[in-house]
Amino acid sequence: MRRDDGGRIDRSRVLRFRFDGQEYTGHPGDTLASALLANSVRRVATSVRLGRPRGVFAAGGEEPNAVVQIEEPFPEPMLPATTVELYDGLVASSLAGQGRLAAGPDPARYDAVHAHCDVLVVGAGPAGLAAARAAAATGARVILADDQPEPGGSLLGTRDEVDGVPGADWAAATAAHLEERPEVRVLRRTTVFGYYDDNYLVAVERRTNHLGAAAPAHMARERIWRIRARRVVLATGAHERPIAFAGNDLPGVMLAGAARTYATRYGVLPGRRAVVFAANDGAYAAALDLADAGLDVAAVVDPRPAPGELWAARLRERGVELLSGHVVTAARGDGQVSSVEVSPVSSVSSGGVSSIDADLLLVSGGWNPVVHLYSQSGGTLRHDEAIGTLVPDASTQAVEAAGAARGVFALPGCLADGTGAGARAASASAPARPVDVPRAEEPPEAAPLAYWLVPAADYAGHFVDLQRDVTVADVRRATGAGLRSVEHVKRYTTAGTAHDQGKTSGLLTSAVVAHALGVPVAELGTTTFRAPYQPVSFAALAGRDRGALHDPVRVTALHEWHVANGALFENVGQWKRPWYYPRPGEDMEAAVLRECAAAREGVAAMDASTLGKIDVIGPDAGEFLDRLYTNLMSSLKVGSIRYGVMCRPDGMVFDDGTVIRVADDHFLVTTTTGNAAAVLDWMEEWLQTEWPWLRVHLTSVTEQWATVALVGPGSREVLAGLAPGLAVGVDDFPFMTWREAEVAGVPARVCRISFSGELAFEINVTSWDGLRLWTAIMDTGLVTPYGTGTMHVLRAEKGYPIVGQDTDGTVTPHDLGMSWVVSKKKPDFVGKRSFSRADTMRADRKQLVGLLPEDPDVLLPEGTHLVATGTLPEPPVPMLGHVTSSYRSAALGRTFALALVRGGQGRHGERLYAPVGDALVPVTVTSHVLYDPEGARRDG
Amino acid sequence: MLLIPCPWCGPREEAEFHYGGQAHVAYPEDPAALSDEEWARYLFFRDNPKGVFAERWSHSAGCRRWFNALRDTATNRIHGVYRVGEPRPVAS
Repeated sequence: MRRDDGGRIDRSRVLRFRFDGQEYTGHPGDTLASALLANSVRRVATSVRLGRPRGVFAAGGEEPNAVVQIEEPFPEPMLPATTVELYDGLVASSLAGQGRLAAGPDPARYDAVHAHCDVLVVGAGPAGLAAARAAAATGARVILADDQPEPGGSLLGTRDEVDGVPGADWAAATAAHLEERPEVRVLRRTTVFGYYDDNYLVAVERRTNHLGAAAPAHMARERIWRIRARRVVLATGAHERPIAFAGNDLPGVMLAGAARTYATRYGVLPGRRAVVFAANDGAYAAALDLADAGLDVAAVVDPRPAPGELWAARLRERGVELLSGHVVTAARGDGQVSSVEVSPVSSVSSGGVSSIDADLLLVSGGWNPVVHLYSQSGGTLRHDEAIGTLVPDASTQAVEAAGAARGVFALPGCLADGTGAGARAASASAPARPVDVPRAEEPPEAAPLAYWLVPAADYAGHFVDLQRDVTVADVRRATGAGLRSVEHVKRYTTAGTAHDQGKTSGLLTSAVVAHALGVPVAELGTTTFRAPYQPVSFAALAGRDRGALHDPVRVTALHEWHVANGALFENVGQWKRPWYYPRPGEDMEAAVLRECAAAREGVAAMDASTLGKIDVIGPDAGEFLDRLYTNLMSSLKVGSIRYGVMCRPDGMVFDDGTVIRVADDHFLVTTTTGNAAAVLDWMEEWLQTEWPWLRVHLTSVTEQWATVALVGPGSREVLAGLAPGLAVGVDDFPFMTWREAEVAGVPARVCRISFSGELAFEINVTSWDGLRLWTAIMDTGLVTPYGTGTMHVLRAEKGYPIVGQDTDGTVTPHDLGMSWVVSKKKPDFVGKRSFSRADTMRADRKQLVGLLPEDPDVLLPEGTHLVATGTLPEPPVPMLGHVTSSYRSAALGRTFALALVRGGQGRHGERLYAPVGDALVPVTVTSHVLYDPEGARRDG
Repeated sequence: MLLIPCPWCGPREEAEFHYGGQAHVAYPEDPAALSDEEWARYLFFRDNPKGVFAERWSHSAGCRRWFNALRDTATNRIHGVYRVGEPRPVAS
């Protein structure tokens, strides 16, 4: 219920929201969790496996229970209600362990910022503020990131004073001073969730989530901060840990510190009458704050025989019963806590139970430093016996933890620790300056007891991981099955694998495992902490890199013509390539058959500008290419062209293309479209790391040239019309040569090469002139434009492989039937030695063949496997190979395919079978060259 | 993400670089003279130490130069970088 006063909420304004269909109100400053508690909503979730009711358990991001679905204004699954700031019009519902993704697209914007700083301070609690203050005093560039809407951390949830003023006021004033400094940036609502190499940290800032439907559309909803920090101070605080006893999952069981925060920060009493079960003095302070706030605290139950005198006296003053040497054995109630069973430690096993009426059971098993980021940074952890938990030990990066994050829990200690850490961190960048330490009172404390588990005969109701419904009994089943490592227990029981990643339950699991095995907790450690610390939406990580901005789009100089003329496009790497140009009423099959027929019978043209082009220039260019290509390039005459294949040292085909000798010291190499960057990288690697003495320079010129392939028996005539000055006859301009000429009034380099087997000319002009050339060709009215669909059919009919489609990195030139491209004369080239390895000489290697389905109408899906028999034997079925390319051919009047088949070159004429669906399709193996095998058509 | 000190450009984000595997694995002088096993060692065998490792990097989205780095594979700390052809420095 809501207190009449107190807390950091604005009672003058009312916010309306709905939860599970019910209307409620809250105030600015509330979280959804505090508003629900203010409305006395006890049950906020249903457990995932056992369907048990669950209530709010914590007050921060470590919440294991109250994970809700936001329905409006924008659906978001699985948000801890403790981290959802309340806004007007919020609609949410409870979940049973699984959320639902939004069905519609996310209308919000997301962006990212890259930042650098001398000192990054994570957490704006007392230690973090003190650290930022000390670091900023030196003039260092400081970023202070905190996940809450206002700075202060634990100070917001207690009544502690700093420098003589309420802690929250000190925090606000300190943050305001920091923000006045030009070199300091304070990030609110910002969770640092990942700590990577070389002090690279990533955070998410929630900029407009808390505004609900009122969020301005121009503002990014969330922003990712990628921060490179010279030094890092982790002031991430601590999480309170639960204790395992019977019924410890009932609504009404809550962490003691969380209840104190609800009362102090949010002005909410999460129940009427409470029992506190704790083994540390911090929980006494919580009990007193709660009693002062109006909660009826029935008793403090402490397993320690002698708690601190001061605290005991203070309880007495308030009339709160202290049951030292006692434990809570069970929380009882129907759907929520109604009574608490208590027993002396000495007689837990023999009964001796008394019962206290209460609707709230506040638990504190101690505090765990939030070491997640420290551990992610590579720092090691050590078990501190005194506080019974893991603390940072040795760092491997420029980082230190301060305050509660390293086990210093008392406020004065936190302030001193933060001040020291901040000053040390800044001293790497600026001269040190003495800073005074903020003052706070420190009451004496009795030693805490690491208390985890209340002994019982039956552990089926002792919950360890609330979110995964894992009990002590489950963990003991795991250790009973022989598991010894907490990592294995985690995977066996799923403890710690939920949305909350076991923030409150992780060390408790370790302690229960240790107890079952009879070993110290220190020996077991904990499971690995991995990024992200808290769930982060993919939308935030994607930022603006989505939709059209996801990946650059490359278009050729002729693109606008293709678009204007109805081309459909295919993505090849980042390129948009015309796929085919359908006429009205045509589907792809009809269009491609028509384009193919035009290329084989008339004239057709394709935009080939995307082929990779690399200038290889220098006195040693020929020798360089001789070392990389399987055939000889240095003997190529100026004016001639040669096809070449490059292999990796293991002898497998890497790329192919033509090589043009432009001048004695200048070659132009073409690559496959998708491999252009990889080939340039490959050449650079060999040039720089193996043959640095070769005088060669490499330059990508792909985008400098526009290339048009003019193809078909009529292509010579069309070219002659466009280039009156060029002798195009077969004797003047033979196959695999190039000429410089003016084509359509534009200076051009014309190459007689063919990727279709037909008479063809490849016309290269500068990109600026590309559209002019293409338009002139089309304006002749004789030429059919064709796209990659047709190109693929034409080349496959001739058995020309596409590297990456018909090859896969396990294919040699010999496997492709191209032994002729492998020089026997050159003493060496990259890959040569591998051709005499036993593996590359096997007769049963997969080799490129053609396939003709016996039914000429059946088109085999690419990727189809091939088997030897017409009925499938029992598995494993021997696989002979697979289909790499498959098309309908206008020239052959039927379907055909290319395939890699075991020993394929010796199987011509054999019948194989292709499993397609439930059928076994009979196919005949042929040569991979299916059309014009004698090469009669290339000269027209 | 590593901060890699390119010997030509200075410290740059790891995203600008391509990894090139173990350094100082020279292409054999005369591959034809090698046995199958020796050739296979060149092709397929690389060290995988826990600790300082001499490896190749290429500043592919920067100066496009290849260089060598001494990186501790356990801590990801880079102990030094050196240009192609320079001798391997002693790890600090």
